[in-house]
Amino acid sequence: MSDTADIAKPGFFTGLANPTRFLGYSARLLPWLAAASAVLLVAGLFMAFSAPQDYQQGETVRIMYVHVPAAWLAMMGYMVMAVSALGTLIWRHPLADVSIKATAPIGAAFTFLALATGSLWGKPMWGTWWVWDARLTSVFVLFLMYLGVIALQRAMDDPVKAARPVAILVLIGTVNIPIIKFSVEWWNTLHQPASVIRLDGPTIHPSLLWPLLVMAFGFTFLFFTMHMVAMRTEIRRRRIASMRRAGAQENRTATNPILAKQGR
Amino acid sequence: MIALIVRDIRIGLRAGGGMLIGILFFLAVITVVPFGIGPDLNLLARIGPALLWIGALLAALLGLDRLFQADLEDGSLDLLILRRHDHAPALTVFAKCVAHWLTTGLPLVIVSPVLGLLMNMEPAAIGATTLTLLAGTPAITFIGATGAAVAVALPRGGLLVSVMVLPFVIPVLIFGVMAAYGAVEEPAPFTQPFLLLCALTLFFAVLGPLAAGAALKAAGD
Repeated sequence: MSDTADIAKPGFFTGLANPTRFLGYSARLLPWLAAASAVLLVAGLFMAFSAPQDYQQGETVRIMYVHVPAAWLAMMGYMVMAVSALGTLIWRHPLADVSIKATAPIGAAFTFLALATGSLWGKPMWGTWWVWDARLTSVFVLFLMYLGVIALQRAMDDPVKAARPVAILVLIGTVNIPIIKFSVEWWNTLHQPASVIRLDGPTIHPSLLWPLLVMAFGFTFLFFTMHMVAMRTEIRRRRIASMRRAGAQENRTATNPILAKQGR
Repeated sequence: MIALIVRDIRIGLRAGGGMLIGILFFLAVITVVPFGIGPDLNLLARIGPALLWIGALLAALLGLDRLFQADLEDGSLDLLILRRHDHAPALTVFAKCVAHWLTTGLPLVIVSPVLGLLMNMEPAAIGATTLTLLAGTPAITFIGATGAAVAVALPRGGLLVSVMVLPFVIPVLIFGVMAAYGAVEEPAPFTQPFLLLCALTLFFAVLGPLAAGAALKAAGD
């Protein structure tokens, strides 16, 4: 019977639905992730500071090594939330909801980092801290969406009940991601168009591209390290909450003679 | 569906509806502006279309949390969602959105020319702003339905709905104001932003009810 075989051998993601198993896997994986992000970030920072100056922008081009990876991860963070939202809505995977909750603050932090470094870079290059052009506005909207998701999660006491509404809100917000990506091509903006991920190859010089790529991978590993730590924290937080509830229930039964008599 | 729209309009027109409050809020926002920035008539005429849009947007956001709240309180929302064999939850939400817009959005559009006179706007600017509001405010209701459905079970969801919906209505505001200015100022185009505004309304008319229906079903489980 193939049916029983399927049930007996669940897939990898189904197996992860058991939080204890996830905690076990992630405990083994976490040191490697943390070490990889540390090595990549140190190497990336060294390369970023030893890279040649830009002939027009001078030293300020080094802001790029933080700004561009942060902006990429701001969008990737939202896609991680969107995939997790699909996991919640379609497969009702119990950890998908934990993943959304863990991603939202991290993604918001990277979005804020991208906005802040972009503003610091814009002052010497464009002569202004902020302009309301399409790219900046759409990334700002992304930041607001992260905050909206966090606000909705905070508003509901029961994380299990909050899971599906939050997932729906996240999925609706995915509309914004392609708008961010193509905003520099659809509208004539002050922000420059893409120069690394293009069909005809990167237009950026290799001496500047390599540090950028190393930093991008370092940031990505950092993101997943923090994501995993946050997920483990959230699982434990929920366990403590349910243990407290059970403990309170026991206390009430023990101290209240009427309830104890009724056997509740 | 028609029956549901008629029922919701009847409820909306009664004393408890948000129609009058929305109009009064719109009026309050517009009256506060000259006190804040000074009664310079030329300046008011120039920023008039943008202010009318912002006022209408805020007034529309204010009324959103009532979209499902009353039906949730008396239990009829559960019945509406349970009657899935008649029509899908998305269609139910669509009907409720149409009724909600007719009772709260359309009145805002109707009073906007009067408020435009207060802002010393030219007739062409008033006409263009009213037309763009007519095309754009349904988008706010449709996407706002998602926010209202997601927060339906919360005791004080009103502010939260506004915070969640605001990022989505920013494009509506951008293209609405752009089209309103395009009709008055010569080099700026009118047709292109206006068509984009209509496209946004149609897009949200599909996306909003689908997502809101799913959220209401999830809230009922």
